[in-house]
Amino acid sequence: MPEELAATAHQFEDLAQQHEADELGMWVFLGTEVMFFGGLFLGYTVYRHVYFGAFEAGSHLLDLLLGAVNTSVLIASSFTMALSVYAAQKGRKKTLITCLILTMILGSVFLGIKGVEYGQKFHHHLVPGYDFNPEGNFPAHMSLYFSFYFIMTGMHALHMIVGEGLLLVVLILAAKNRFTAAHHATVEVVGIYWHFVDIIWIFLFPLLYLIGGR
Amino acid sequence: MSSLTVDEAPQAASHVHYLNVKFGVKSWLFTTDHKRIALLYLASITFFFFVGGAAAVLMRLHLLTPGGLLVEPATYNKLFTVHGILMVFFFLIPAIPAVLGNFLVPMMIGARDLAFPKLNLLSWYVYILGGLFTLYAVVAGGVDTGWTFYTPYSSTYSNSHVIAAALGIFITGFSSILTGLNFIVTIHKMRAPGLTWFRLPLFIWAIYATSIIFILGTPVLAITIVLVALERLFHIGVFDPALGGDPILFQHMFWFYSHPAVYIMILPGMGVESELITCFSRKKIFGYKFVAMSSLGIALLGFLVWGHHMFVSGQSMYAGMVFSILSYLVAVPSAVKVFNWTATLYKGSISYDAPMLYALGFIGLFTMGGVTGMFLASLGVNVHVHDTYFVIAHFHYIMVGGMVMAYLGGIHFWWPKISGRMYPQGWARFAALVIFVGFNLTFFPQYILGFLGMPRRYAVYPAEFQVLNVMSSAGASILGVGYLIPLIYFIWSMRYGPVASANPWNAKGLEWQTPSPPPTENFEEIPVVTEEAYDYPVREAQVA
Amino acid sequence: MAGHIVSIKLYALIFITLLVMTGVTTAVGYVDLGRWNIIIALAIAIFKASLVILFFMHMKYAGKLPRLVFASTLLWLAILITLTMSDVLTRSWDHPPQGWQSLSTSGQR
Ligand SMILES: [Cu+2]
Repeated sequence: MPEELAATAHQFEDLAQQHEADELGMWVFLGTEVMFFGGLFLGYTVYRHVYFGAFEAGSHLLDLLLGAVNTSVLIASSFTMALSVYAAQKGRKKTLITCLILTMILGSVFLGIKGVEYGQKFHHHLVPGYDFNPEGNFPAHMSLYFSFYFIMTGMHALHMIVGEGLLLVVLILAAKNRFTAAHHATVEVVGIYWHFVDIIWIFLFPLLYLIGGR
Repeated sequence: MSSLTVDEAPQAASHVHYLNVKFGVKSWLFTTDHKRIALLYLASITFFFFVGGAAAVLMRLHLLTPGGLLVEPATYNKLFTVHGILMVFFFLIPAIPAVLGNFLVPMMIGARDLAFPKLNLLSWYVYILGGLFTLYAVVAGGVDTGWTFYTPYSSTYSNSHVIAAALGIFITGFSSILTGLNFIVTIHKMRAPGLTWFRLPLFIWAIYATSIIFILGTPVLAITIVLVALERLFHIGVFDPALGGDPILFQHMFWFYSHPAVYIMILPGMGVESELITCFSRKKIFGYKFVAMSSLGIALLGFLVWGHHMFVSGQSMYAGMVFSILSYLVAVPSAVKVFNWTATLYKGSISYDAPMLYALGFIGLFTMGGVTGMFLASLGVNVHVHDTYFVIAHFHYIMVGGMVMAYLGGIHFWWPKISGRMYPQGWARFAALVIFVGFNLTFFPQYILGFLGMPRRYAVYPAEFQVLNVMSSAGASILGVGYLIPLIYFIWSMRYGPVASANPWNAKGLEWQTPSPPPTENFEEIPVVTEEAYDYPVREAQVA
Repeated sequence: MAGHIVSIKLYALIFITLLVMTGVTTAVGYVDLGRWNIIIALAIAIFKASLVILFFMHMKYAGKLPRLVFASTLLWLAILITLTMSDVLTRSWDHPPQGWQSLSTSGQR
């Protein structure tokens, strides 16, 4: 297949080897991402253990309903991403483009809701290092909880933004007819990344929003 | 038998190879050829080595007299910080993987290039960018936290350019990650037909194990640095005891990476060592599988011992005991390697070419560094010599005596392949000797100084320590000259050195089966491997 | 690896399960169950993440290499957290030597 040959980079023997390398590369990269967030999970675990009361109190200041809605939005975006890969595998360009756009919209909705939540925190003086002065009585060192809240969700949002950028690239490539049913590793690899960012949130949600019962 | 063969035809290599296929600055800055990227790294790493070395020379000059000779104590703090940061993050960690690894991994496994050539080039640019940030921090006034950036000093109190330097290290970390990722995928997916895992050269095993550490350790350092920077910028309290934070948590996160980082430095050196020892004893390596597996063992066990840096930090003494025991454990795979190398030497027909002199130096110096590491792993002794020159001497025996020796040995070994030229053997042997003598004179007195109680990172010291300090400084100047000699003759050889044959050492390994210097895609035809590594002809039975 | 096509039906089933589990974990968040809150919440999170990894990310159909990468990452993460917590959890077992306390309370320093 001359088309396949053209798509194979010179260092590879064939397209299959190239796909395998791309996919393994993405998994290894996600390994580094796990360890990157792992440092944050470690800090979280330590301080949650030391200042449990403060973490519980801080957690109850979050909007659980908004968090749950946002989790669902992100899961929906993962679903449409999975459908994008499906469409690419079947070589259906239109479906692929639709699903990619849907994924990007859902991702933006997630970031929007996150922004609303951030706004609330600023409004309630719950931003450590900038304006931490919540009303009423609260346990000592509750600011540490909010430090982790902002760093963890902020890092996650940063990864979402990167993901949106990657999706945009895939979208443009799809519009340019760069993918075929046989050759669409880019869609799969970006998909794996997007799902991974989803998984991080699946853990952030209980860790941040669900400390102790309300 | 002279193992050095030179092409009969004295004219420059006439074939088209990776060096003469294209010319001009652009052909280098936009190259995706792993061999050219290796040379870009070689140049930049050499630069940082000599800048970091200059800081060390200034420090040793300053310590000639008890009151300090040259600089203010505050400047002295900045000197040891620059020395540490540049040497650790910009020389020791990338040196063998990014230079020799880049050059050799595809050739040793019979591939045309790494799996992701563009990522490989990107990693060099990322490295340079990180280097620029760090140099900026130095030029703008320096950093005084030490390369370890301990909190809360670094995050709250230090008045120096912590963020710029930390950012430099953060960025450089990504170049490590990209390099490691590239190697792992390449070694898994691009081996030549017939090249099974247990036929791989041991250098590849070492690089593979190193890549694991790159991949799983570096990100933790990255997030740690982010937290320090955030703490410094916004005062969020993560490491500040005044706000409920725990400075010891920083040390956990930092050493989770930085202890394994020691193995990032030494593992590739061990890989080089295995190649050199077999080639110059003309014997198959003793216990191939043990050497290969010990690399993986180090990659895993190396992550279990970081608390031995924290015995006096306020860490729980129960954790300290666990870390102490685990630290003893990690000596086992290193010892396995040393014993296997010596067993390989046994009854080998050894030739003392320059690379072999470095290799032999490595065994001795690394062993001394490793054994004193055992002293430090034991809780009680550690408390006595903690933060003294004993520690300095210990890790310089590992990093300079071990890693730099192996790196130089490797450069001497593969230089004919890299440049297509030979260097003067006499000078190279002489330099090896000078470095060995200079090194021991510099650092052995520091063991004694530390044992007598001289603390590290002080700009002044009591008068009774002067003799040993002068010895150390004298050694440092010899060592400095020793490092300059190879720099000169390597540059000389690029133009005037005799042309090297494809396999000047009669070594085994795929990289020697292709011309020197190799063509851009390494091999005319992808080789098929049918034998184990280091299949040197068995010597005829000795006449009884 | 690439090539295995998961049916839309299965994708939809996973999607609905994920939504339901999100609802369940949120509902449990409104009840105070003591230490069981975190156990249930994390168990549900692990279940959800497994579904995403196995089906959305095609780990179920991938070779053993991605699994190996994934498993070693989790092992390393466990090392990081376990060994650090071994310090944090046992730090309060230590007591400063008696001499210190008497020194500081007697106002010598
Ligand atoms: Cu260590």
